[in-house]
Amino acid sequence: MRMPEPDQAILARRAEIAQALSAIVPGEGVIVAEDELRAYESDGLTAYRQIPMIAVLPETTAQVSRILKFCHENGVKVVPRGAGTSLSGGALPLADGVLLGLGKFSKILDIDFANRCATVQPGVTNLGITKAVEHAGFYYAPDPSSQIACTIGGNVAENSGGVHCLKYGLTANNLLGVEAVLIDGTVIRLGGKHLDAEGYDLLGVLTGSEGLLAVVTEVTVRLLKAPETARALLLGFPSSEQGGDCVAAVIGAGIVPGGMEMMDKPAIHAAEAFAKAGYPLDVEALLIVELDGPQVEVDLLVDQVGEIAAAHGAVTSRASESEAERQAFWAGRKAAFPAIGRISPDYYCMDGTIPRHKLPLVLRRMRAMSETYGLRVANVFHAGDGNLHPLILYDANEPGELERAEDFGADILKLCVEVGGVLTGEHGVGVEKRDLMETMFSETDLKHQQRVKCAFDPEALLNPGKMFPVLHRCVELGRVHVHGGKVPFPDLPRF
Amino acid sequence: MRVHALFSLPPCGGGPGWGDSLRAAGVCMATLKPETPEQAAEAVAWALAEEAALEVMGRGTKRALGRPMKAGNILDLSALRGITLYEPEELVLSARAGTSLAEIEAALAEKNQMLAFEPADLGPLLGGKAGAGSIGGVLACNLAGPRRIKAGAARDHFLGTQAVSGRGEIFKSGGRVVKNVTGYDLCKLMAGSYGTLAAMTDVTVKVLPAPEKTRTVLLYGLEDAAALGALSQALQSSHEVSGAAHMPADISGGSAVSYVAKAGAAVTAIRVEGPGPSVEHRAAALRRDLGAMAETEELHGMNSAKFWTEVRDLRPFAGDSESLVWKISVPPAAGAQVMARIAPGSDARHYYDWGGGLIWLALPPGAVREAEVRAALKACGGHATLIRAPEDMRKRVPVFQPQEPGLAALTARVKAGFDPNRILNPGRMVAGV
Repeated sequence: MRMPEPDQAILARRAEIAQALSAIVPGEGVIVAEDELRAYESDGLTAYRQIPMIAVLPETTAQVSRILKFCHENGVKVVPRGAGTSLSGGALPLADGVLLGLGKFSKILDIDFANRCATVQPGVTNLGITKAVEHAGFYYAPDPSSQIACTIGGNVAENSGGVHCLKYGLTANNLLGVEAVLIDGTVIRLGGKHLDAEGYDLLGVLTGSEGLLAVVTEVTVRLLKAPETARALLLGFPSSEQGGDCVAAVIGAGIVPGGMEMMDKPAIHAAEAFAKAGYPLDVEALLIVELDGPQVEVDLLVDQVGEIAAAHGAVTSRASESEAERQAFWAGRKAAFPAIGRISPDYYCMDGTIPRHKLPLVLRRMRAMSETYGLRVANVFHAGDGNLHPLILYDANEPGELERAEDFGADILKLCVEVGGVLTGEHGVGVEKRDLMETMFSETDLKHQQRVKCAFDPEALLNPGKMFPVLHRCVELGRVHVHGGKVPFPDLPRF
Repeated sequence: MRVHALFSLPPCGGGPGWGDSLRAAGVCMATLKPETPEQAAEAVAWALAEEAALEVMGRGTKRALGRPMKAGNILDLSALRGITLYEPEELVLSARAGTSLAEIEAALAEKNQMLAFEPADLGPLLGGKAGAGSIGGVLACNLAGPRRIKAGAARDHFLGTQAVSGRGEIFKSGGRVVKNVTGYDLCKLMAGSYGTLAAMTDVTVKVLPAPEKTRTVLLYGLEDAAALGALSQALQSSHEVSGAAHMPADISGGSAVSYVAKAGAAVTAIRVEGPGPSVEHRAAALRRDLGAMAETEELHGMNSAKFWTEVRDLRPFAGDSESLVWKISVPPAAGAQVMARIAPGSDARHYYDWGGGLIWLALPPGAVREAEVRAALKACGGHATLIRAPEDMRKRVPVFQPQEPGLAALTARVKAGFDPNRILNPGRMVAGV
């Protein structure tokens, strides 16, 4: 992975830059010692490591504003970071960049049940929001699997999802407002406790912009009342086709489950060996369907889904009769990643989305690729929304295996795009999929995206090297190509 | 390429050379009606070369929305029509942007599906007919109805688009799957940009199953503050409320639903949707929970649909075409206080949607009260849009909420990125942008 060439002139000014930052963030808020900086060298995509030039840990919006203003005026690159759980290298530091850690922004500022929202600082964890409101029966819906550690600021940057996306949406759909700081230090507010944007939906654009547009310093999210109850079905199928057809039939019947997860045989076996969840081992596809809402509705839909599954050849069909049993159904799925970690020294988690009915085709092609690359692959699948997580098993100590795993992963993502899907459903582009962007977007498409970048950060100082394979200069992107006064309809009768 | 279909120039004097004199005089309007996205791109490229602004139009039902502009020509996208992909089991539909909303809703209804954001039809309010708007127009204006509080806005269902920017270039964003974080979400940027950044040629939206059953619980005779309190209580329950509106007596009296009109009192309405037994259970629970506050009643399917269409499409104000109409979005718990602060007087009329978070306010002609409306939002945050007013007033009074300088500058830079020569709907949202 090639990152932008470090700027030697900036590196030469390291001590001076650290001093200037210390004037903004007093005390221990500026980190320059290499052993302390090492804590920030990587995020959840651990294959890539880089020690930042300096780390700075501000505590107030005013400090963030002054830091960014200083970096802007001095041409210093900035990489924002929440908890560093990104799986795409979104928070990978730069050798000549300042790492801006938002961990000290950890206060819950306002809980407002009457308006069904909470305002928190970006360093609050995703689960921390739910913990703060669950006493009143509320929760924050998006639940990425890293929710115990990942921060809401990072969720905004990545537009994080979770298993309940189909029914409850991603971060973007549950966000009401933010305070954010632009690279020149300008503090802006987008949205609030009210609905919808008052001009361009810049809140929508900022969500999922992977730290390339602005630094979020305050977040207002929508709170939901927890559903009365939830039950899950555990359904096993002799083929992934039948499992896929069952998913389609459930949705075709007008049912939108709270969660709908599928695992293939290798994932089932790994999960069962690890979690002893009672999963059937003789099926090709295992489906967990969770229904939530009023008891009367959940019971009704559990029966309907059970009937649909039977009609689609389910050989295992169990409905949870207690909360403990529901949790047990999920135990294996939730442990799928560590379970894979147990059967392989390393694994590489991919994140494509496909039109759901392409699943059997994609699984078939993936099996063929698995043989070609000589690497095993296990699949977990957010079946409701088509978000596929192939886990490629490899051993980093074997020379060349990491590279093979990466090539295999890239081929899987290209396949996702080929069948009408996308490169990433919830993990983000970051550095990981940066160089694949051109398989999905034309140069014109990418240039239009970069014009948004230019409006926010014309010198490309915020998180450069992520998301875009080529970062065009804004001056070049600004030019308009007019056909020199020539009319484009030469064959049009003009007179 | 069938150029003749693309250009239909009205006769402006006739004779050889009229094309040139037309542009010099700037009185007649050329209508460019592309039939393909490529033709749309050529039309914008032509406008760029001619330095001629374009009014971007879908099916023309919302031309009176936003600031009036000086655009010499119309880019009419209504010939870009037709559903290009509909896979009910994938919950996805793609269409040319000029496809009529009615056609899309009919196709969805056949499969028991819907656009869950419940797009408002502003046609009748703005002096046109009902059911005539386009899907592109709905998305460009980010119009959502009562279900906004549960299902999200138009932008939340907008999965992908292909559009022609003010640079005359075709670009695409998003895709056809619901879960996608690949690159910036330019669909969000297009939604609510009123055609000032790009002319959309194709759109893809998420669709959802239509509810099997609908019930609306009515509460009679509550004052604004008490009514909004009841709505807040309902929305804080686990009953999955999908509509929460309040009509003071002067508004409810005009409803076509007799249970609403004949009440002779203010009507507070709470909608629940879903499978039959669940809906019955939740409606009963809401009546039980709120029964101590007021007398209650229940609307079933047909009446419910009729009532929420009235709420969604501003039917209470559609009949009198003279009044000025504000759309005010505020934190829901602040709705009644905001109205009190505006203190509109006895000749004004208003009602609430979105649990109090959306105020529709109609004022007598001439009395736009912009300063009062904007001032009333200062304490709680929110925004006000002048949805209906005569052209000269929309020129004078900022139609959209004025922005802080930092945000205004950012908005102008985004516009300059997509449409540097200000070809597309110049000044439709903000003067000079």
